[in-house]
Amino acid sequence: MLEIKNLHASINGKEILKGINLTVRDGEIHAVMGTNGAGKSTLSNVIVGHPAYEVTEGEIIFNGQDLLAMKTEERANAGIFMSFQQPIEIPGVSMTNFMRAAVNARRKYQGLEPMPAGEFLKLMREKRKIVELDSKLANRSVNEGFSGGEKKRNEIFQMAMLEPTLSILDETDSGLDVDALRIVAEGFNKLRTPETSAIVITHYQRLLDYLKPDIIHVLIDGKIIKTAGPELALEIEEKGFDWIKEEAGL
Amino acid sequence: MSASKQYTELYAQCREMIASHSAPVLNALREEAYEALQTLGFPTQKVERYKYTDVEQAFSPDYGLNLNRVSIPVDPYEVFRCDVPNLSTSLYFMLNDEFYAKEQPKAALPQGVLIGSLAEYSRTHSDLIASHYGRLARSHKDSINALNTMLAQDGLFIYVPKGVVVERPIQVVNILRSDVDLMVNRRVLIIVEEGAQLQLLCCDHAIDSKNFLATQVTEVFVGENAHLDIYELEETHTLNKRFANMYVDEQRGASVTVDSITLHNGLTRNRTDVTLSGEYSEINMYGCVVADKEQHVDNNTLIDHRAAHCQSTEKYKYVLDGEAAGAFAGRVLVREGAQKTTSNMSNANLCATREARMYTQPMLEIYADDVKCAHGSTVGQLNEQALFYMRQRGIPEAEARLLLKFAFVGEVLDSIRLEPLRDRLHYLTDKRFRGELSKCEGCKLCK
Repeated sequence: MLEIKNLHASINGKEILKGINLTVRDGEIHAVMGTNGAGKSTLSNVIVGHPAYEVTEGEIIFNGQDLLAMKTEERANAGIFMSFQQPIEIPGVSMTNFMRAAVNARRKYQGLEPMPAGEFLKLMREKRKIVELDSKLANRSVNEGFSGGEKKRNEIFQMAMLEPTLSILDETDSGLDVDALRIVAEGFNKLRTPETSAIVITHYQRLLDYLKPDIIHVLIDGKIIKTAGPELALEIEEKGFDWIKEEAGL
Repeated sequence: MSASKQYTELYAQCREMIASHSAPVLNALREEAYEALQTLGFPTQKVERYKYTDVEQAFSPDYGLNLNRVSIPVDPYEVFRCDVPNLSTSLYFMLNDEFYAKEQPKAALPQGVLIGSLAEYSRTHSDLIASHYGRLARSHKDSINALNTMLAQDGLFIYVPKGVVVERPIQVVNILRSDVDLMVNRRVLIIVEEGAQLQLLCCDHAIDSKNFLATQVTEVFVGENAHLDIYELEETHTLNKRFANMYVDEQRGASVTVDSITLHNGLTRNRTDVTLSGEYSEINMYGCVVADKEQHVDNNTLIDHRAAHCQSTEKYKYVLDGEAAGAFAGRVLVREGAQKTTSNMSNANLCATREARMYTQPMLEIYADDVKCAHGSTVGQLNEQALFYMRQRGIPEAEARLLLKFAFVGEVLDSIRLEPLRDRLHYLTDKRFRGELSKCEGCKLCK
């Protein structure tokens, strides 16, 4: 599904990613862990095409397409979704209008007609249930006045609406209490299929307990220095990153 | 020759002709206006109130004037489609400065309500009009007032007598129509007496691709406990220049809303001057401006709190694209003795390009010591983070920009109390942002 080869990227002239190699196959969940400032969020932002980052070397192939040649919105419509670490508030744009624009943009990309209004509202209602999102929130402006937990639930709600094939969860667990974390994680799990994959960026084991990743990567100083099975996350939880750095000779 | 001189000279040459095609009440103030304009000239941009608009330049070209009042062969009902469907209004037309009286709305107006030609009513109701005409828009105070008073031959008169509630909104469509470049001086007088209520929608359109220069001076008298909503919508074209002065006087307990929406124009300068004369009176002033290309929109407002216990709210929002220039200068004056005043003014602006320019100047002057007042303004760009967020959800960049602009002015449009008008303006604004409203929506000739 996703193949990242020797990816180098920088922001404001400063190199953050220094040669990332990562392959995600259909149905897999990959967790990327690492210290603060290691480049985890940069990696997700580069995959989705944040305009502030410059790719200086390497390539990303997504289902056979050259992802780096595609605009942010094209990547989204091709099936890539990012759950934001800090979801953005957009005053004056209602959740309904926002989702309608997104759903219909996707449909246009797929060569489909816009979704009829009734069908769309029904879809909104159904998907809201997955993350127990209050119907009142749907009538409000995007993320405006939402609590931290509501914002993250809203991210998963949007994911449910857009049905991506590759989801990137950028520290979705940050700022969540235990109950909210469970709702978000269970919501995410309900959306899983053998065809959908995910990259989960996190500092903690907590979220991974729910999501059960297949592969764990450790990203330090712009490079993936260790890749292993789910047991690695438990080891990190217990011992931190220093031993992995030592092992890698850093 | 300074631009004002060509108009004073024109008046000096044509004063008899101008007067003979007008009415005594209007003629009575012409000489005073002539002298005022001679003294004042047009203001330079050194005059604070006219800092942002070059009046001299706007009035320099040689426009034709229809002083002889040659009738214009056009049927507005033919060329104009009401662009606010589902809004059951009593619809009237003004052709340039002339009230179009061939056909009147079928729905009868409540007893005693008058709507029609200012010149004609000033003959039949001369005392009523003489006691109000020119009382708020003084010639010696402002050159545009002087010019308009000197040259205006007709216009619109609306009168709602004491206690009468006009249920059905009145819609007046101002149509500028000419085969040559034309100057129009339109005069409007509105009297809403004690306890009366009126909703008025005025739409400005220009249906010919000619250079138009329109001055409009509006005087509005609002009696005790009367309610008046005025919605002014400009949807003209880039060759149009509009200089509009509106003066509103409110008596005790009166409540007025003035909504000024500039959707498409050339050069516009609106002066709105509201005096809260009576205690417990209230003014809500909203403005929405969408401009691009080299369009110029200058709103200059004054809210004069003369009495205690009054409330004012003012909110203007601009979205400027291309090389558009916007200006907002709002002044709230709380006079000595106007205790317990509540006032809130804000002006928020979006410059969507590097070339767009916004000049904003919120001013608050307080001479009373027990008041609650706020004022502020912002100028910014579209939120880049929000744009990225929307694009990550698959919304194309252009569409995302549009949604953000639309959201920005939405707050002002939502203040419109006439629901069908509000919906329609949402629709028109959306079209405007999509660049599909380069000409007025409702005119057959533009299609």
